[in-house]
Amino acid sequence: MKVLVAVKRVVDYNVRIRVKSDGTGVDKDNVVMSMNPFDENSLEEAMQMKEADVASEVIAVSIGDEKSEDTLRSAFAMGADRAILIKTDVELEPLAIAKLLAKVVEQESPQVAILGKQAIDDDSNQTGQMLSAMLGWSQGTFASNAEHVDGAINLTRETDAGLETIKITLPAVITTDLRLNTPRLPKLPAIMKAKKKPIETHEADSFGIDLAPRLEVVSVAAPAERAAGIIVANAAELVEKLKEAEAL
Amino acid sequence: MSILVVAEHDNASLISGTLSTLAAAKIIGGDITVLVAGENAGSVVTEAQALEGVSKVLVADNAALADGLAENIGNLVSSIAGNYSHVLTPASNFGKNFMPRVAAKLDVMQVSDIVEVVSADTFVRPIYAGNALMTVKSNDTVKLITVRSTAFDAVEATGGSAAVEDLAFSDVFAGSSFISRDVTLSERPELGTAKIVVSGGRGVGSKENFAVIEGLAEKLNAAVGASRAAVDLGYAPNDCQVGQTGKVVAPEIYFAIAISGAIQHQAGMSESKIIVAINKDADAPIFNIADYGIVGDLFDVVPELMEVL
Ligand SMILES: Cc1cc2nc3c(=O)[nH]c(=O)nc-3n(C[C@H](O)[C@H](O)[C@H](O)COP(=O)(O)OP(=O)(O)OC[C@H]3O[C@@H](n4cnc5c(N)ncnc54)[C@H](O)[C@@H]3O)c2cc1C
Ligand SMILES: Nc1ncnc2c1ncn2[C@@H]1O[C@H](COP(=O)(O)O)[C@@H](O)[C@H]1O
Repeated sequence: MKVLVAVKRVVDYNVRIRVKSDGTGVDKDNVVMSMNPFDENSLEEAMQMKEADVASEVIAVSIGDEKSEDTLRSAFAMGADRAILIKTDVELEPLAIAKLLAKVVEQESPQVAILGKQAIDDDSNQTGQMLSAMLGWSQGTFASNAEHVDGAINLTRETDAGLETIKITLPAVITTDLRLNTPRLPKLPAIMKAKKKPIETHEADSFGIDLAPRLEVVSVAAPAERAAGIIVANAAELVEKLKEAEAL
Repeated sequence: MSILVVAEHDNASLISGTLSTLAAAKIIGGDITVLVAGENAGSVVTEAQALEGVSKVLVADNAALADGLAENIGNLVSSIAGNYSHVLTPASNFGKNFMPRVAAKLDVMQVSDIVEVVSADTFVRPIYAGNALMTVKSNDTVKLITVRSTAFDAVEATGGSAAVEDLAFSDVFAGSSFISRDVTLSERPELGTAKIVVSGGRGVGSKENFAVIEGLAEKLNAAVGASRAAVDLGYAPNDCQVGQTGKVVAPEIYFAIAISGAIQHQAGMSESKIIVAINKDADAPIFNIADYGIVGDLFDVVPELMEVL
């Protein structure tokens, strides 16, 4: 079976974010970009499925401007068999992303689509669930373990109270949590080879989908900064301060 | 305006985030209906009826709704969402799991994890791990919203006397079933609502050493939290993780012990009233946001603290 993995190019998690002074967004000029960390977990999971002979082909899909090719090259380096870029110069909302991914699913007929639980830029945590609902597929979100058994997956999910296990039959959408696996580090030869692999490119507006945003961004602002505090000498002084502040 | 709040509960009682979600609904303003979807959740219905500001409680009782399976809750909510101007639910794992499904079915763009209601169609939500706050106006006819609980003070649990109405459900999704639950049992207060949170990080060193964190939490009647590193290393269970991809907390006092203060961790605790940091590295970024810091080894400082408390 084919496995589809959605990978997003985002500002690297180590970058200190700066809000633009005109309030229109965050500064992305000359900022390090990388694959959304959760999407690395997704790719790792897909590769493990392939190595376990559960999957036959791993297809990475990214939606974004042409620089998203870098992200797809990283996916190749991790072992993806094919890469699809859906090109757009405007930032799309999860609803539009899910619709485009649904189109790719229609064309490629994978049995499993793996997405990250959230993109660390918009922190939306929606796309996988939307895709699952659009396709009418089973949904397994926030996965920390996935066991494949006869056309179904026993999927362990991280919840607010601990863990739960559900059984989802294929086809299914999975969204990954960071503890699902440890993404492999690509080796140099794989990175070199990835540079030459072909990327299939489609224009986002060639799918006949309404991609217009539904949310109007009014402004983007920096959060209020916390005032710097003080260093206290020891535990006794700390307790004294907390009592003064009427916190204890 | 007519607002639907989808309650989070465990069939026995309401989860506190529901009360904060109601607070957000009250700011939007309008007639508020609460949906209790579950199985044999009579005690939850009674609780929901008594909530301040609720005019009606819809009850969908079905075995397929007992375990919060997203496909079934999503189908149920989708079937009635069109009757409301807004549908709200907590931005917890429960809400995050089903609400985007409703959005897809209604062809609506969900507004995730709001921290402020500016007006009936305009909301503020954090992006980039809380390093930026985005104000968005929704142009969809039904506004689907998940609410960050720590950003809204819970409504009163008493005072209301809402009417109850049954809601039929038969649209069961065959492809998913619940198998088992492994709930972390703790005598400590709930992490999301505790007045004091004591969190430990990688520097605690081992699962055994984490008893030091638990001991301080017990002394302070506090909840136990952890950094992602501490959870990944097995020092603490996953539901203790505080941060961008874990829980968001905003207690009166947050103790960050042997936690460096990565932005992903700060995203989950920077709204705490008072932050106390204990770290042996004077340059740890956590000190930049701490109100009170002690530079020292936790294995010296925490026992001292236990003594003077
Ligand atoms: C996509 C993504 C999402 C993430 N989400 C989260 C999240 O939700 N929550 C989260 O916490 N992290 C998250 N992280 C991880 C985050 O980036 C940091 O790696 C993590 O928070 C570090 O945990 P820590 O502070 O415990 O460990 P470290 O950074 O290793 O810090 C340990 C600290 O302990 C101190 N120390 C050591 N020994 C002692 C001692 N004996 N006494 C006193 N101090 C001592 C050290 O000085 C150091 O400051 C995420 C990362 C990514 C990429
Ligand atoms: N532009 C995109 N291209 C490819 N995948 C995406 C894109 N946006 C979101 N996704 C996928 O959806 C997941 C969740 O994103 P979000 O719902 O935006 O938090 C990501 O981890 C990706 O797997």
